[in-house]
Amino acid sequence: MKRRNLGFTLFAVWLCSAQLAANDGVFDQYRDLMGDDNPAVFVIDEGEELWFTPQGPESATLEACDLGLGPGVTAGTYVRFPRYFADTDAVMDLESRLVHCMTTIQGRDLETVTAKPYSLRGDFGTEIEALVTWLAAESEGATIAPEQTHAAERAMYTLGEEIFYYRAGPHDFSCATCHEQSDMRIRLQALPDLTSHAGAAEAWGSWPAYRISQGLVRTMGWRLRDCFRQQRWPELQMGSEASIALQTYMAVNAAGGIMTAPGLKR
Amino acid sequence: MKRLTAGITIALSVSVATWTAASDDIEAVLQNSFVAKNQATMDRLERDAVQTACSAPRGLPLDNQSLTTLREERLNAVVMPADRQYLGDWQRGAEVAGNGRGLQSSDDPTQPNGGNCYACHQLAPDEVAYGTLGPSLTGYGARGQSEAMLQYTWTKLWDTHAYNLCSHMPRFGAQGILTEQQLKDVMAYLLDPTSPVNQATE
Ligand code: HEC
Ligand code: HEC
Repeated sequence: MKRRNLGFTLFAVWLCSAQLAANDGVFDQYRDLMGDDNPAVFVIDEGEELWFTPQGPESATLEACDLGLGPGVTAGTYVRFPRYFADTDAVMDLESRLVHCMTTIQGRDLETVTAKPYSLRGDFGTEIEALVTWLAAESEGATIAPEQTHAAERAMYTLGEEIFYYRAGPHDFSCATCHEQSDMRIRLQALPDLTSHAGAAEAWGSWPAYRISQGLVRTMGWRLRDCFRQQRWPELQMGSEASIALQTYMAVNAAGGIMTAPGLKR
Repeated sequence: MKRLTAGITIALSVSVATWTAASDDIEAVLQNSFVAKNQATMDRLERDAVQTACSAPRGLPLDNQSLTTLREERLNAVVMPADRQYLGDWQRGAEVAGNGRGLQSSDDPTQPNGGNCYACHQLAPDEVAYGTLGPSLTGYGARGQSEAMLQYTWTKLWDTHAYNLCSHMPRFGAQGILTEQQLKDVMAYLLDPTSPVNQATE
């Protein structure tokens, strides 16, 4: 936790300028300046530590957690998500799989571990955020290859596509409003075309990401929640079917791309 | 956090039988995946006829007759300003065009909504932070202020689907995003010859 503090102080300095830096040019300069020093490295360490820390009534670590490649295997698992798990008979994203392991292996209370999955501005990062960041880093450089063998996984993709185009709310927005064309932007922010392989690969492959303007690592679950907020919809719940379906849609469109997360965003 | 439990249970029970019939229960999936937050209430997930018709992935073909009927319905439902005065104050209109807030769960409902035109359109040529989802409206006033032009622009802002079903532009009047006075002010911002939108750049 000490190290996180250091990270915050360091990047608090950048906060103001980063907010002005909606301009991509300035952002690129920032990235050049920082080089490989993505402050997410602090969060990666914290996530790894948490994985090996005994917790809950069972006083167990997460080493018995099966992320799809066998209990305890972490390397190369994130790029296969979302995927079907026979033990829950459900397609899960990494966030909901971690919740499953915390409740079943560590014996922790579901309501407590899901009470606040994403940090608010000015908070310290959450346990889920740290674990996801470390596990994404454990897949860095690997090829994005979500499972699509089980019928449930393919149905999740179809559902995700339908939600992607579902227009609702006072502004009639769907994801497609902002993310089905290439080379578009809102104000100065570039909008990836998530229906294309290239756009989906770049986007899916770069989350979780450190948000410079917020001084926090954010997961894809948070990214979706925040886009739904802009869509004027109610709040998306972590681990919900809609969240997993949209992630499946993006991950499958991204298949073949390279995982570069944790990314660095404005 | 009952909801996550509900979400997981649903995922479990649905997993066996209905994987191929996603669209039949997409409403149920959404109801189980979201919670109301401040002004963003759950009824926002229900679609009206236009939203349903315009939700087809990758522009799947819809039958022409019902599209025409829908579009005409929208046209007939447009409410012109009661006093037939279309143009308000362009300075207030500039604020409406630049304001991206309104109707999000994070917005203060006591503050006026914005039109967020700059998110999608170029307007005043000296404003560089503009989006590109819609066409540039710089110099829009050159089209003049004929009755036809006023009605066309008003209709476009009130309910864009009256002319172009499934347009990506919000229905500012029909959905109650902007008030009649705000619409008049934005009209002036677009059409007044003294508005920054209509000033040539050097
Ligand atoms: C009103 C426009 C709008 C809508 C609707 C919208 N988004 Fe976004 N989205 C954005 C903007 C703007 C950004 C860039 C944010 C930034 O730079 O801070 C973004 C970023 C993203 C990213 C991250 C891209 C990257 O490369 O970092 C993903 C993924 C994404 N959106 C997915 C979605 C999904 C899925 C939906 C539907 C639930 C959706 N968005 C709806 C505007 C929108
Ligand atoms: C989410 C993006 C979006 C927003 C926000 C938006 N528009 Fe649009 N607008 C579009 C698109 C896309 C088109 C072109 C398709 C069409 O005509 O429906 C368009 C078309 C128009 C046209 C017709 C252009 C022509 O050449 O005849 C006008 C006028 C217009 N918009 C004005 C506005 C104003 C004023 C606002 C703010 C109150 C606004 N728009 C907000 C997306 C948007």
